Amino acid sequence: MTDPIYQTDALIAEDIDAYLEQHQNKSMLRFITCGSVDDGKSTLIGRLLYDSKMIFEDQLAALENDSKRVGTQGQEIDFALLVDGLAAEREQGITIDVAYRFFATEKRKFIVADCPGHEQYTRNMVTGASTADLACILIDARKGVLVQTKRHSFLCHQLGIRNLVLAVNKMDLIGYDQAKFDAIVAHYEKFAKSIGIESFTAIPISGLAGDNITASSDNTNWYEGPTLIDHLEVVEVSSAANLDKPFRMPVQWVNRPNLDFRGFSGLIATGSVKPGDTLRSLPSGKTSQVKSVVTMSGDLDEAIAGQSVTITLEDEIDCSRGDVLAAADNPPEVADQFESTIVWMDDEALVVGRAYWLKLGTQTVSVTVAEPKYEIDVNTMDHLAAQTLHLNQIGVCEITTDKRIVFDPYEENRALGGFILIDKISNRTVGAGMIHFSLRRSQNVHWQATDITREHHAGMKNQTPRVLWFTGLSGSGKSTIANEVEKKLAIMNRHTFLLDGDNVRHGLNKDLGFTESDRIENIRRIGEVAKLMTDAGLIVLTAFISPFRADRQLVREMIDAGEFIEIHVDTPLEVAEARDVKGLYKKAREGKLKNFTGIDSPYEAPENPEIRVNTVEMSPEEAADHIIAQILPLK
Amino acid sequence: MSDAKTLTHLQRLEAESIHIMREVVAEADKPVMLYSIGKDSAVMLHLAKKAFYPSPPPFPLLHVDTTWKFQEMYALREKSAKDAGMELLVHQNPEAEERGINPFDHGPLHTDMWKTEGLKQALDKYGFDAAFGGARRDEEKSRAKERIFSFRTASHGWDPKNQRPELWNLYNARKKKGESIRVFPLSNWTELDIWQYIMAENIEIVPLYFSAPRPTFEYEGGLFMADDLDRLEKVMGYRPETTEKSIRFRTLGCFPLTGAVESEAATLSEVVQEMLLTTTSERQGRVIDKDAGDASMEKKKQEGYF
Repeated sequence: MTDPIYQTDALIAEDIDAYLEQHQNKSMLRFITCGSVDDGKSTLIGRLLYDSKMIFEDQLAALENDSKRVGTQGQEIDFALLVDGLAAEREQGITIDVAYRFFATEKRKFIVADCPGHEQYTRNMVTGASTADLACILIDARKGVLVQTKRHSFLCHQLGIRNLVLAVNKMDLIGYDQAKFDAIVAHYEKFAKSIGIESFTAIPISGLAGDNITASSDNTNWYEGPTLIDHLEVVEVSSAANLDKPFRMPVQWVNRPNLDFRGFSGLIATGSVKPGDTLRSLPSGKTSQVKSVVTMSGDLDEAIAGQSVTITLEDEIDCSRGDVLAAADNPPEVADQFESTIVWMDDEALVVGRAYWLKLGTQTVSVTVAEPKYEIDVNTMDHLAAQTLHLNQIGVCEITTDKRIVFDPYEENRALGGFILIDKISNRTVGAGMIHFSLRRSQNVHWQATDITREHHAGMKNQTPRVLWFTGLSGSGKSTIANEVEKKLAIMNRHTFLLDGDNVRHGLNKDLGFTESDRIENIRRIGEVAKLMTDAGLIVLTAFISPFRADRQLVREMIDAGEFIEIHVDTPLEVAEARDVKGLYKKAREGKLKNFTGIDSPYEAPENPEIRVNTVEMSPEEAADHIIAQILPLK
Repeated sequence: MSDAKTLTHLQRLEAESIHIMREVVAEADKPVMLYSIGKDSAVMLHLAKKAFYPSPPPFPLLHVDTTWKFQEMYALREKSAKDAGMELLVHQNPEAEERGINPFDHGPLHTDMWKTEGLKQALDKYGFDAAFGGARRDEEKSRAKERIFSFRTASHGWDPKNQRPELWNLYNARKKKGESIRVFPLSNWTELDIWQYIMAENIEIVPLYFSAPRPTFEYEGGLFMADDLDRLEKVMGYRPETTEKSIRFRTLGCFPLTGAVESEAATLSEVVQEMLLTTTSERQGRVIDKDAGDASMEKKKQEGYF
């Protein structure tokens, strides 16, 4: 065991002020360690903490105690115990999530993302890699380059990490054999080139014995490169690389303490900014000059990538949260259709066509994901055909946002090219993605403005367009009640159209089946048709089971605010099943009809429908009167 | 790293914390900053002032009080809130008060009733949906795995196995009605970072962090400060013998729960020097980590402790 070299910094005791001065100006490097279960990852991190004196005596005493009790190193210290944090994983002897560790040398502060090495890995690794400047890929020298090594390298490369360290660990167990080390490096180099990794630094180490971690090891005299710490101390941090790029700052918050001050607060993603610079606010495209760069410590002459600032402009231009301030002569693109790599992170698989929230920078918009072009096998890098993405799968998909967003390709700018996907019902973060490029059709297909506006159409009919969306179980009486409502509206000279679920499937949607994604596409098309009809000034009535909240929400968001009226035809399952007008419940109970709502597929009742009718208490005619009474005042 | 355009670690940490606070203010309905008056809280409050300058931070400070804090802490609490131009809310669990819960007679129940229950009560009472806390990942093992945006169920529970992935600097702040988020803007700071930042920014902290002659007594093997002898006598049943010693505190909590260390470190740099040369970890002075074996903090958090 080598002596911890940072433990006895004489300067601390001799001249603390000089020491602090020296340490005040450290830079910071974030890195991720990747390795399989037995590659010695936790041991290496424990060793780094130990050697840089991040472990105190009481923790060390506890560690020695734990090592004897539950350690895997006999009477020796088991460094892995230092970093295996949660009770559950200490019992199982594995780490189950991303943990962050800290240590510092004289030159740098380090933040290490420690990710587990078992199968449920992709999600955690991608999370850890998203903020890393460097990846340290561990290899067990006895085993060489494994499938996992390739997977880790591929994912790190996908996430845009350009600094890779190949730490060939457990050199002590192969007798510090140079030939074996060289063979591993040659093997890895061949693979790395094949996936586009241009360079990496290979270091022979032993986390357990401490070789080439902080001090060059006598056991590897043939190795002339840097120790692991030496390398980590000098490698370029990505925030420095971000400085050479054009200025970008996503606006987080508009600072408006009084009428005389209007500042735009944000974290500068790339580039730098000075008073007098011309900035463009996107998506509006308006430009103005920087008046000042405000901080509590005084206005700055210049601010650079990585700083949180507040910018004031010479002109009052339209700019709010979600907009991006950028270099006027080199602005990012604005688009609504993209090709992207998506990593799925949730137990529930991606539902093609479903609306999710997409958060990119400070923009949050509604998005749908198309069927993957292909899934990437992270072990072989092969492209596989896929209909969806499951937990820990990664694929290339086209996505469409409901409004145009400001972006840069991920390769050029992580902050404006990386996004997360959020489930609208559970609020879980279900996926992460990286934009490759925008699809040309979104830039070239523009909305054609027509002279006869929707207001004109509606005015001629003397009515306010509406979508009356009837939802409820099969046999609840949706079609019957919708029909009654339409008859009554016709008598009142209202212009209406009833879209019936079964009828639509005979024509417009006859190519669609009953799988989840087909069902969503069915609803989407109906929503688009209903929207066109409201543009024509009509009151549209639709009668579909539409059992899922997310799908109804999708349509609600397509239709202009206030025009979508959700009507829950509320009939208990027993009552609907007893009616069984079409004999479908019987078939479903006999197992002859699969995915039947209410039997083997759920019905998610609306939480806050605009109107609810109870068909046990009301006749169809009473229900229709109730609905009309509710919607007429809305005009 | 001689390039003047490379940000220092403190600059990067500061920028990250400010970014986190602004995200919360932009996305939460009713945020609050939990203010415990310790050095981490002082840094967090300072960062909040910077994040929203020239506006005052657009949320109140909340102190979940146990009534057993040091007098000097109460004094700084009032001053800091006033200087920042922020509203200060103080909550004391009425049930704990009524039952006379104290650290001597009630042990772990003291923390549970005053702090865990008190915090839940206060958050429910005011309807806060996001609460900033000054916890750091380097403090304790289960903290190392906690997200910056950490979700709590409507009953304030934490589920360590069901945390949302946090990528890049994108935080998902969406939640259902009744659920809340604890947000830790200092997650990536270490104790040394905190001290260096206090020095660099000249942040006012409770004088108890600096050594001075103070009245002390020994209790169950620990060294404590006699902050309020009359009150101590009431709950201890006797008036403890005090000796004047040069002491300071590495961490501040309730005065009968926070052990003092004998020290001569009277300035910031001497305190940092002592910290760097010391061989025991920061939380050692606190009793809370030891009362349920290895997993004590994790267990407390699942129950709703901050």
